[in-house]
Amino acid sequence: MEKAIRKFWPIFVLPTLGAFAIGFLWPFVWGVYLSFCRFTTVQNVSFVGLQNYANIWIDNTFTHAFFFTAAFTVVSVALINVFAFALALLLTRKLRGTNLFRTVFFMPNLIGGIVLGYIWKTLLDGVLALLDRPLLALDATAGFWGLIILMCWQQIGYMMVIYIAGLQNVPIDLIEAARVDGATDFQTLVRIKIPMVMSNITICLFLTLTNSFKLFDQNLSLTNGLPGKDSQMLALNIYDTFYARSGPQWKGIGQAKAVIFFIVVAAIALIQLRATRSKEVQQ
Amino acid sequence: MKAKKVVSLLTASVLALSMLAGCSAQPAADSADGAAESAPAAQEESVAQESEVAQEEAPAADGAAGQVYYLNFKPEQDEDWQNVAALYTEQTGVPVTVVTAASGQYETQLMSEMAKSEAPTLFQVNGPVGLANWRDYCYDLSGTELYSHLTNESFCLKDGEEVPAIAYVIETYGIIYNKALLEKAGYTADDITSFDTLKAVADDIQARKDELGVKGAFTSAGMDASSDWRFKTHLANLPIYYEYKEDGIGSTEAIKGTYLDNYKQIYDLYITDSTCDPSELATKTANDATAEFVNGEAVFYQNGTWEYANIEALGDENLGMLPIYIGAEGEENQGLCTGSENYWCVNKNASEEDIQATLDFLTWMITSDEGRAAMSQEMGFVTPFDTFTDEFAASNPLLQDADAYIAAGKTPVDWCFSTMPSENWKNMVGSALTAYAAGTGSWDDVVTAFVDNWATEYQLSAAAAG
Repeated sequence: MEKAIRKFWPIFVLPTLGAFAIGFLWPFVWGVYLSFCRFTTVQNVSFVGLQNYANIWIDNTFTHAFFFTAAFTVVSVALINVFAFALALLLTRKLRGTNLFRTVFFMPNLIGGIVLGYIWKTLLDGVLALLDRPLLALDATAGFWGLIILMCWQQIGYMMVIYIAGLQNVPIDLIEAARVDGATDFQTLVRIKIPMVMSNITICLFLTLTNSFKLFDQNLSLTNGLPGKDSQMLALNIYDTFYARSGPQWKGIGQAKAVIFFIVVAAIALIQLRATRSKEVQQ
Repeated sequence: MKAKKVVSLLTASVLALSMLAGCSAQPAADSADGAAESAPAAQEESVAQESEVAQEEAPAADGAAGQVYYLNFKPEQDEDWQNVAALYTEQTGVPVTVVTAASGQYETQLMSEMAKSEAPTLFQVNGPVGLANWRDYCYDLSGTELYSHLTNESFCLKDGEEVPAIAYVIETYGIIYNKALLEKAGYTADDITSFDTLKAVADDIQARKDELGVKGAFTSAGMDASSDWRFKTHLANLPIYYEYKEDGIGSTEAIKGTYLDNYKQIYDLYITDSTCDPSELATKTANDATAEFVNGEAVFYQNGTWEYANIEALGDENLGMLPIYIGAEGEENQGLCTGSENYWCVNKNASEEDIQATLDFLTWMITSDEGRAAMSQEMGFVTPFDTFTDEFAASNPLLQDADAYIAAGKTPVDWCFSTMPSENWKNMVGSALTAYAAGTGSWDDVVTAFVDNWATEYQLSAAAAG
């Protein structure tokens, strides 16, 4: 088997590698180069050096979007993971209808972000109107919590499935041994289950963290940054820089923002991976 | 052993290559790029493919070297363009491809299309501000037949001696009204000649709405993205127009907001004498307003001649259009708002044959019987070209109203909104208007968004350009 792999690896690797190079590497390299250019279309560019980077903070929208995104990320990562883990705990007990519940909780994840955004916009606006509160488009706080609700609804089911997989892999003998030693349920959870699912926690934290930071579709369809740019997140801010301003100079600035955005997301994700990896235990 | 290795390498490279080929075989499929996620864009893709098929089936050209690729802005006329393109190919053998961008995605799509080797030879900009993006791509049209047939210099965009863009359709907007309902309320269009009379009529209709069986005088002034351009762009044009007129200028980098009180007046009227509570406006869409108007739930509807297809169910005899009076000095002589937001540009970077083919196609569009019929009757365009004689007049009753106002000696209001600094500026005004209507913001915020942001946007763009 291994011999065959050594011999035929190009068949397996080259097509994907080619696709990766064409679909990701080359656009990425070109995209970074564009951030140093002034352009209208991506083929016809003139090099301007660091000017675009200097102009990122020409207005304060990028900073505002950054803090809004950061706040959103903290809240949504915490809520999604706590709820997903709690649900996973509930649904790994021997309850009736477990499979049905798992399916139901997972289903929102199958709907696309844009569609979800519009559906929730209608729903939340309906509720806000009943409560006599300003609608989503008028209130950034409502927009913020709307996004949180939407993301929780969409992501909890997915993370729950990952946690369930982890919890089911916790060896029964460990849990039984703990019980024999007189450990309470809470002690079993904290001392045995959580350390044993640490690798799942790493994955879930990584997914929710990067998803929240990169959020675009839901932001666009639920609030579109309204009122003004108050509920605008980083990805939408980049899009906005690109398309809502006139003149070729803005394209380069948008591109520069995108590069900074990439560096920030990558840095945060790496720090998180390193931090949680170190807590994982070998089974 | 060695032979096997060679075989396996060959297989692998064939696989890799076939995949590469797979990427390039579908130029139309990736045309929507970033926009591909929205449904309209997907529709557009199929349109793109259909038209390419049509092009391949067309008889081979004898001697015709170039080809035309038009990136069309108006989705509502897509079918008409496809038909006329097929007809032209049939007659001349020159392949004409028409691709229509999904609503609201024109700039996005134009950017990705222009980056391709088979870039559009014919595209459009929306005015001076849109031209700023594409100035380097525009062929000088000053020596063309298209330009020589223009009835008025104001229907092209000029840059020194060069003519980078020429308008191909003139549109008009104002307050569309339901004649039958207005008469039922005891008025005619002649009673409305100023803001005060408009307000009096609207207030009276609003007060008697139950008796008249309507929900309000005006359709909902929806501030959803599908409808907010009616207020942040088209209505905002009037205070800008009067300010430009007073100052004798055609554009400015710093608006003063002299007529913003009038803007407030008319917007207040729209949102108070309306079918719904102002706090709900943030979610009201263009479809809501159209439906209210067509169902006879409102008498007035601010929109333009392009809306005719959606409201013709009311019957031509019931449709009319009034000027948007805002209470400015001398408005008794004000006509409807007439101008263009659709300018043709020819891609300078296309090959010489393609540029020539495109110019020939445009000439054919405005001089041949088929082309003129397609533009005036099928698409319902009023054009700024002298070749469109009486038999090629559009039949839209709203346009006839527009002509009637001009015949009566009223001065049409220019479309100054093409000088608004950016989409961003419009969005901020729209957001401030929405908040004002709902009571979460004040009119001062609208003034700030209007006046301060105008200057800020111009300064930012200038500063960023370095």
